Amino acid sequence: MRKTTSKAWALTAGVASIALLASACGSSDESGDDASGSSDEKITLTVATFNEFGYEDLIKEYTELNPNITVEQKKAATSNEARDNMNTRLAAGSGLSDIEAIEVDWLPELMQFPDKFVDLTDDSIADRWLDWKVAQATTEDGTLIGYGTDIGPEGVCYRSDLFAAAGLPTDRAEVATLLGGDDATWEKYFEVGKQFKAAGTPTAWFDSAGATYQGMINQVENAYEDSDGTIIAADNAEVSDLYSQVLTASTTDGLSAGLKQWEDPWVASFQNNGFATMLCPGWMLGVIEGNAEGVTGWDIADVFPGGGGNWGGSFLTVPAQGEHPEEAMALANWLTAPEQQIKAFVSKGTFPSQVDALESQDLLSVTNAFYNDAPTGEILANRANAVSVTPFKGPNYFAINDAMQQALTRVDVDKTDDPDSSWAKFLTDVKALG
Amino acid sequence: MAVISPPELDPELDRAPRRIAMRQRLGRWDVKLSPYLYVSPFFIVFAIVGLFPLAYTAYVSLHKWHLIGGKGAFVGFENYAYVLAQPNFWIGLRNTFSIFLLSSVPQVIIALVLAVVLNNNIRAKTFWRMGVLLPYVVAPVAVALIFSKMFADSPTGLINTLLGTVGIDAIRWHAGVLSSHVAIATMVDFRWTGYNTLILLAAMQAVPSDLYEAAVLDGANRFRQFISITVPMLRPTIIFVVITSTIGGLQIFDEARMFDQTGQGGADRQWMTVTMYIYELGWGAQKSFGRAAAVAWILFLIILLIGLMNFWFTQRIASSGTTAGKKKKR
Repeated sequence: MRKTTSKAWALTAGVASIALLASACGSSDESGDDASGSSDEKITLTVATFNEFGYEDLIKEYTELNPNITVEQKKAATSNEARDNMNTRLAAGSGLSDIEAIEVDWLPELMQFPDKFVDLTDDSIADRWLDWKVAQATTEDGTLIGYGTDIGPEGVCYRSDLFAAAGLPTDRAEVATLLGGDDATWEKYFEVGKQFKAAGTPTAWFDSAGATYQGMINQVENAYEDSDGTIIAADNAEVSDLYSQVLTASTTDGLSAGLKQWEDPWVASFQNNGFATMLCPGWMLGVIEGNAEGVTGWDIADVFPGGGGNWGGSFLTVPAQGEHPEEAMALANWLTAPEQQIKAFVSKGTFPSQVDALESQDLLSVTNAFYNDAPTGEILANRANAVSVTPFKGPNYFAINDAMQQALTRVDVDKTDDPDSSWAKFLTDVKALG
Repeated sequence: MAVISPPELDPELDRAPRRIAMRQRLGRWDVKLSPYLYVSPFFIVFAIVGLFPLAYTAYVSLHKWHLIGGKGAFVGFENYAYVLAQPNFWIGLRNTFSIFLLSSVPQVIIALVLAVVLNNNIRAKTFWRMGVLLPYVVAPVAVALIFSKMFADSPTGLINTLLGTVGIDAIRWHAGVLSSHVAIATMVDFRWTGYNTLILLAAMQAVPSDLYEAAVLDGANRFRQFISITVPMLRPTIIFVVITSTIGGLQIFDEARMFDQTGQGGADRQWMTVTMYIYELGWGAQKSFGRAAAVAWILFLIILLIGLMNFWFTQRIASSGTTAGKKKKR
């Protein structure tokens, strides 16, 4: 009898332990219900950014102002990486930072799900940003998803030493005039490129067809989608014109260095005279400076082909899944205030989107030693004021532009396709989105 | 199986016959059920982490399903039809098989040769044996980063510089289909060859040494011993290594994704694998989990099919094999 009892016990224990094992997987941790604590509570806020936001010193400053709040920054190397992270964790419903930086190009995808974010509407800061910057992050029913950080007004960066070697003017005002001044066009930009080539220099005129195209497409109001969201990319003559224009300049005229931005050869080319000019939004200034360390001759001209252009720019959002939404909102508010954005600009060249910042002497007086002491603050403020078109970006913008960039890369970088066959593949890619 | 031992005589039993029946029944269940319960943890864990995701993926693949928006309408096999009609899917499949063959074939051969070398009586044995496992410890992302620098397209890239010294023109590793596959296969081999070497080495040490002694007496040289004793004796292990590297090879993701900055497998999808295509559909532009799940299931079926082919092949080898085969057949 004793034997059987012990066996029965063993059996029961076995069943119980298996049941425990099975149920252990189903239990969820209930941590973090002490979120609504007082402001004295010590909390940690995380801020996820990508590339360079210039927040390192600001975060230190904020911690000094608010001793009970520790701020940690998580930096992703590229915006694609940040976007993947964002999407995955939004879908999972947890794991995002308290503040997530997002780029304007993938903002439209997220605008479809405003309930995943804290509504940041706040009357006291309504007039802080340029109107179009706020409009980009506001849904139809008036929910503000993100606070604007930087914008990307574009100028033309160039190598004055290579210009001199090719017999072109080197002074930044003269270069601006050379490229057409206020009436600068893309034809003129490519024209001067041919002139540069004709002088017998082995260097390419611009770095990448994809990057140059990006500058052009940012001046088209409805490139890929009608304002109601209908995809028109395949039939839009404006898009195919820009496509062939930039590829003619790249391949037929040989103006492109055939590089893909951010890839190793592109980064390396800064050190070995890969190209003479590139389009440079504010945030690119820091990138060039980093890649071209030790190279002298970089300068920036207060001019942009085809009128003003804005490339990129970001927002700070507060995902609804965070534990400390109010504190996070306060931090995002503080980080995007004009004073702080000017400091970020000085640190990494991320150009402010705040009205007050654009008129501030602190900004206008900024010069950059790397660019031959160019008054970068003033130049980029001028460039920002020259922006007249705000491209419409619907839910499919990112995907279609991505397909277009690949189409350009196939011809310009990989040389696996000619412009026609690559265009055909682009059409297939656009169709596949349906 | 023996029936339970007869119950010991107990006065209590006589007074409560119903309880005896209960105990007896319990006892019988014990004998019948316990073995199953003892092995059940594996199956329960497998059901939770293996079977359930599999079934759930199938469920997702039959719906419109947005990454952030969640479940939509039931669409039947529409997602499968969509995927099979996409040229990119077939390109992904081609790339997957190409990279798999380019990596696995040399990998098994090199691992075998390395294992033979390590099996010899060399100095500092443990050092060398642990040494081959070292690359396996390195994180795949780190490997990919280092290798993508080595395989840089410019003539100044490390591999291209080396090729230049022997008079070969710089190869555009990221532009060509075959060249990118070779570069990625190299990364895979770097990581996995040592791992397989150790498995083969372990099997090699289990080969009875009297076989070799007899062979030496018969005058067989090293090479003959390798062909006639080592390889046949290792056959089951080699098959194991082949099967695991097949499964791994068909699911390759990290190395290919980290091969360039954008991680989409090249502008012309030169090295986009099927798993990368799953990722692109689910997390990329479309955010369509339904379509991604459909590809995942197709990949699962392909792996299953290849597994079955492997099995069939193994059976053939086993029945016609020498020592190892006979042993297996009992």
